[in-house]
Amino acid sequence: MAIISTAGLSRTFATKRGPVEAVRGIDLTVREGEILGFLGPNGAGKTTTLRMLTTLLTPTGGAATVAGHDLATDPAGVRAACGYVAQSGGVDTQITVREELVTQGRLYRLSKARAAERAGELARDLGLTGLLDRKCGALSGGQRRRLDIAMALTHRPRVLFLDEPTTGLDPGSRADLWDLVRRLRDEHGTTVFLTTHYLDEADALSDRLVVADRGVIAAEGTPGALKLEYGGSLDASLQDTFLAITGRSAAPADAAPVAV
Amino acid sequence: MLLHDTGLIYGRYLRQSLRSRFALLFGVLMPLLYLLFFGPLLTDLPLGGRGSSWQVLVPGLLLQLGLFGASFAGFSIIIENGQGVVERMRVTPVSRLALLLGRVLRDATVFGFQAVLLVLAALVMGLRAPLPGVLIGFAFVALLTVSLASLSYALAMKVRTPQEFGPTINALTMPSMLLSGLMLPMTLGPAWLDVLSHLMPFRYLVDAVRDAYVGSYATAHMLHGTLVAVAFTALAVTVGTRVFRTAGA
Ligand SMILES: Nc1ncnc2c1ncn2[C@@H]1O[C@H](COP(=O)(O)OP(=O)(O)OP(=O)(O)O)[C@@H](O)[C@H]1O
Ligand SMILES: [Mg+2]
Repeated sequence: MAIISTAGLSRTFATKRGPVEAVRGIDLTVREGEILGFLGPNGAGKTTTLRMLTTLLTPTGGAATVAGHDLATDPAGVRAACGYVAQSGGVDTQITVREELVTQGRLYRLSKARAAERAGELARDLGLTGLLDRKCGALSGGQRRRLDIAMALTHRPRVLFLDEPTTGLDPGSRADLWDLVRRLRDEHGTTVFLTTHYLDEADALSDRLVVADRGVIAAEGTPGALKLEYGGSLDASLQDTFLAITGRSAAPADAAPVAV
Repeated sequence: MLLHDTGLIYGRYLRQSLRSRFALLFGVLMPLLYLLFFGPLLTDLPLGGRGSSWQVLVPGLLLQLGLFGASFAGFSIIIENGQGVVERMRVTPVSRLALLLGRVLRDATVFGFQAVLLVLAALVMGLRAPLPGVLIGFAFVALLTVSLASLSYALAMKVRTPQEFGPTINALTMPSMLLSGLMLPMTLGPAWLDVLSHLMPFRYLVDAVRDAYVGSYATAHMLHGTLVAVAFTALAVTVGTRVFRTAGA
């Protein structure tokens, strides 16, 4: 059963300097319980796609359903089913971790008592227990990221969208996050849709990869299948595979040599 | 759900206001300075109205408080947009209208509180006005705050940067203040200015509150003021709701 399916999903931004076609038609299906790695160079349209799938942005073309709810006709259903961690987070620096977690619970319509209880559970799960009474602004980058993720898990969403969840995390915290993602899937059957620029992460974590480029899907498949098809062999590095797919070498050919 | 969510958002932002007590008091500073250093200049001037000069000035200062305070309310949402807080809330099932109403009601509370402080200070300075009139004045401040804050949040969601927001609000509030006769009654001026000021909705509000402060409640000014205030509030909240409802505004 597809938990996410999109057809021709697209978004054009009207800007002062003309239209920007951020996403030009994405066709995608994601199975329930799948961990999907959504890759692509900067500006490929990953964040824009996630913002559409989480109802933050109205598509200018195409359609999609998330957890059986149509994006256009039942945004409330989509919101109830999914959690979203934005690329740049979303907590108020002046507020304590506890208040943010409790408020988030209340926004998901938990009772006061239940929201307080859930804040405690989430803090325990994400190693924030000792930080509950700190202001969000006084957290380290990694602690802040864990808080962002805790917020998105408040209502045990069936689908979790993570936009570059591990950017800025130390290796230990990244490993913890990978464990968390796997645990969510194994124990709760959560579908995880994550973007990342760390190819080792995509390789280790994802069941399937989707590579976007210039607003369309350039390739998709298991890491192994992509390596075989685009990298030439199963032993190819994902880095080379990625560059082969997006047609870009690590240093652009026309760039002037960098003096060192 | 709308009530639950509005209460929740209201609580969150009221706590935010209470955390910055300094800002809470600082808001009354400008009208208070007018009261202290401008008010005494008027005591012996013929202002054309009934009652003392304080009964003319204080209604104007009350609305000035609402005008300047509420027009800048949107700044806070620009900051929150930058932090991603607005989007984080918008992916939850929270009512879109509550995201606006909770904030706007917080603003009405804050400016209502400041209005009370201002009137208390004015009483010390020499204001004498009937209690029902004073209460009517607070009601107008509340309506003005709700409407201007709604428009301010709507604009802030649209422009998104303080560099665009600040100058726009400045360009709108200054002429509004001057043209609605908040400081001195427009009837003192030449006819063209008086006519021009009738194009300004706040003009009707000031006239109504000035009537209330001298105890005349069943007047044409009161009727027009009430109609304009209610209509303007309805319009502003509708605009605000529209903007808050559309995703990714
Ligand atoms: N609000 C907006 N207005 C105009 N253009 C936008 C807007 N948001 C995104 N874009 C443009 O759309 C394109 C896709 O942006 P998007 O943020 O989706 O990329 P991304 O794949 O997430 O990149 P990154 O890896 O750098 O996060 C970019 O060219 C970007 O400049
Ligand atoms: Mg991005």
